Amino acid sequence: MKERIDDFENRREHLKDMSSIELKEYFMKLSEEMIEPLLDLAYNNTSKSIERSVLLRMGFSSIDAKVIVNVLAEQNLLRKGAGHCVYILSKNKKISIQEAGELIKNGEEIEYIMEIFE
Amino acid sequence: MDKLKPNVKLDIREILKDIKNYHPKRRGWIWRDISPQQIGEFKYIQASPGLKNFIPLPSARNIGNIDPQPDAVITTEIASGRFEDDIRRMRMAAYHGADHIMVIRTAGQSHFDGLLEGTPQGIGGIPVTRKQLRAQRKALDIIEEEVGRPINYHSYVSGVAGPEIAVLFTEEGVNGAHQDPQYNILYRNINAIRSFVDAAESKKILAYADIAQIDGAHNANATARDAWKVMPELLVQHIINSMFSEKVGIKKENICLSTVPPAASPTPDIKLNLPYAVALREFFSDYKMRAQMNTKYMDSSTREATVTHVLNLLISRLTSADIQSTITPDEGRNVPWHIYNIEALDTAKQALIGMDDLLSMVNLKDEGYLQDKKREIQERSILMMEEIIKMGGYFKAVEAGMFVDSGEYPARNGDGISRDINGGVGAGSVIKRDKDYFAPVTAHYGYNNVEQYSKEHVDDPAALIDGCTFEKPEMIKFIDELDETDNVYLRLDKSEEYRSGNLLKPEVEWLGDGTVVVDLFFSANERISEAAALETGAKMNLKNVEVIHKEILHPSEGTRIQIKGTFDFDIEIDKLVLPEIIKMHTEDEILDYVKKNPMKVVAGTAGNDEHSVGIREVLDIKHGGIEKYGIKYEYLGTSVPIEKFVDAAIETKSNIIMMSTIISHDGIHYKSMKKLHNYAVEKGVRDKLILISGGTQVTPEIARENNMDQGFGRGTKGIQIASFILDRHKEINNKNEN
Repeated sequence: MKERIDDFENRREHLKDMSSIELKEYFMKLSEEMIEPLLDLAYNNTSKSIERSVLLRMGFSSIDAKVIVNVLAEQNLLRKGAGHCVYILSKNKKISIQEAGELIKNGEEIEYIMEIFE
Repeated sequence: MDKLKPNVKLDIREILKDIKNYHPKRRGWIWRDISPQQIGEFKYIQASPGLKNFIPLPSARNIGNIDPQPDAVITTEIASGRFEDDIRRMRMAAYHGADHIMVIRTAGQSHFDGLLEGTPQGIGGIPVTRKQLRAQRKALDIIEEEVGRPINYHSYVSGVAGPEIAVLFTEEGVNGAHQDPQYNILYRNINAIRSFVDAAESKKILAYADIAQIDGAHNANATARDAWKVMPELLVQHIINSMFSEKVGIKKENICLSTVPPAASPTPDIKLNLPYAVALREFFSDYKMRAQMNTKYMDSSTREATVTHVLNLLISRLTSADIQSTITPDEGRNVPWHIYNIEALDTAKQALIGMDDLLSMVNLKDEGYLQDKKREIQERSILMMEEIIKMGGYFKAVEAGMFVDSGEYPARNGDGISRDINGGVGAGSVIKRDKDYFAPVTAHYGYNNVEQYSKEHVDDPAALIDGCTFEKPEMIKFIDELDETDNVYLRLDKSEEYRSGNLLKPEVEWLGDGTVVVDLFFSANERISEAAALETGAKMNLKNVEVIHKEILHPSEGTRIQIKGTFDFDIEIDKLVLPEIIKMHTEDEILDYVKKNPMKVVAGTAGNDEHSVGIREVLDIKHGGIEKYGIKYEYLGTSVPIEKFVDAAIETKSNIIMMSTIISHDGIHYKSMKKLHNYAVEKGVRDKLILISGGTQVTPEIARENNMDQGFGRGTKGIQIASFILDRHKEINNKNEN
């Protein structure tokens, strides 16, 4: 930011008559206003790390989770959820979650998954 | 693993045995059980229950060895790069009152895209991996039973693998975590959008695991040029992370603000820091305060750092602290060493207990400078938030360099940290979720279309895969070692002879590292003294000698220099000459003997010695002195002439002389012993008298060499002296009978 001198006294005009309770409430209100767009952003987006964290919770090792997410990212499938891809493959092919993950890790059934989501 | 015994070392190999199948005892953060405590004659108000096994403050030796515990959880930060050595330090720390152990991550981990595995050595911290976490949590699970208080284990959820680390922490029973996307953005140059997207997932997971979260705002005052000028911004950074966390679902009592008094003396410390501390606690009264100590103005003087930290503790007591963090006083010069973790913990415990219930006696003024300044800081922070919103929100403000500017807002110096919204590590890496996005796991933040598969499991998506690792720990995939050239077993083998063998070496952080410190004074200027210190170290056969601290006492008269170096010799334990163990009788045996054989002592401090605390301790019944066993005494006072001891013994028909000699300057204590003996011989009473000498510099061997019957050093108890008197008295009687 450009340098500027301290103009606190001018800027504070609208604050100086607030009670301490009003001041705190205003502080909280402003913070909610600042946070809102950040929460929306997080609500509607995901990342490789988030998807790997989903796979960890599904019982994959960190090494396998990394490969599976990279394979799915190449096919632009993370928008569906990495866990989702494993889940749907396991459900439709009647195989375990681990087996489904193993297939994706080896680059198999990717086209099948892409067809499901079309 | 078996219970730990205080006199047996913790076996690291035992910890590592079957680590694959270990699961932590519990999840979640535990506060101390805050309640008034009556300990002996003292009542403590801001306190918590005592420990089963502990090391009290040094001066407790004279106060019944009590170890009152304050109300705040006390933190120590441990990470030497070798987690196996850190485990030993954790046990020492727990004995000194730490119940929050924070491990620092190795340099570079925050930019690692994914999880690390195995047990490689770290730099300035440990690589946080499942195996290292599990081993340390397993160790803490048994250490907490040994000390009798839950211990919170803590590390960092930051970088580009935050959500995975948060999962790992939940699975491995980590209880506290730093999590603040602003830290990623400002200090790690990780893309801002990615940081907030990942942070929400991480926080959702922390909330599920009941992990206490600490923010990263304190880094602003460690980074800004004039730390006290960033106070308004600190309030803004705190609320961004706190409000974001709360909205994601972390309960308020698990949201902890990392707050550091920004200024340090020689600024008017309290005058700058107290209004800020009050401003913060007023605005953030729903959250918890993690009071950290100042690091910004630390130099290499451990004394100076300790004083700054005690002033920080005064702020904690004048306001509040739910978690009292400690900074080791050597952090200004090296990665913390064992002894300084313990010093910092003792500093916190001593100061908090010493200032117990302070606010029942003093009030903070509710008008004048304190309140005006507090209000000003609060208003400045609000003005900053108004401008951030006006600029278009948080990301725009970061781009513009609004944060960590050294001007006190609204003043700006144009030196803030600026981050491009489309730049940094992980830029462009977030992916928009489609309408059918789905994740079948627990504690997942944000849009999750569970309905497409099951309407009834909308609140429990993991049910669709019969539960995830959070419900079923047996699903966790454990990876052992990935690098056969860098792992704990190789390190243990290398230092094994120091662990279980016959060898010892001095140590500061790693077993057998050989590092020693030598404290020197030279009557020369700084430049010459520094060179002389290095030469001294070399002549002492130290290797890798470095100056770690210097202080000018006078520009020409003298300089203090501390050097460190490696002492590269092994000490063989079986060749050591150990001081003798003093034989003790039971209280009843002594009481019975003295009843049948009445005894009398004359006692005092010798020559020009006014130090009487020690001798009173071994005399008075109140302190468990010899009086307790029926031995009468005549106290001659302090600075007693040597002749007077013998004359008084003859006059009062006493059979024992107890002479205290604390002053050891110029060998005066040896001279006094010899003189006492010679005068008793001259008076013809030597073989009837038992001559005992005591003092901090006295050892039994030295005392006997100087013709005493026995000598007693630091930490002697009345019963030890009484036991000796009994034995010696018997000997003399037998001799006389023969």
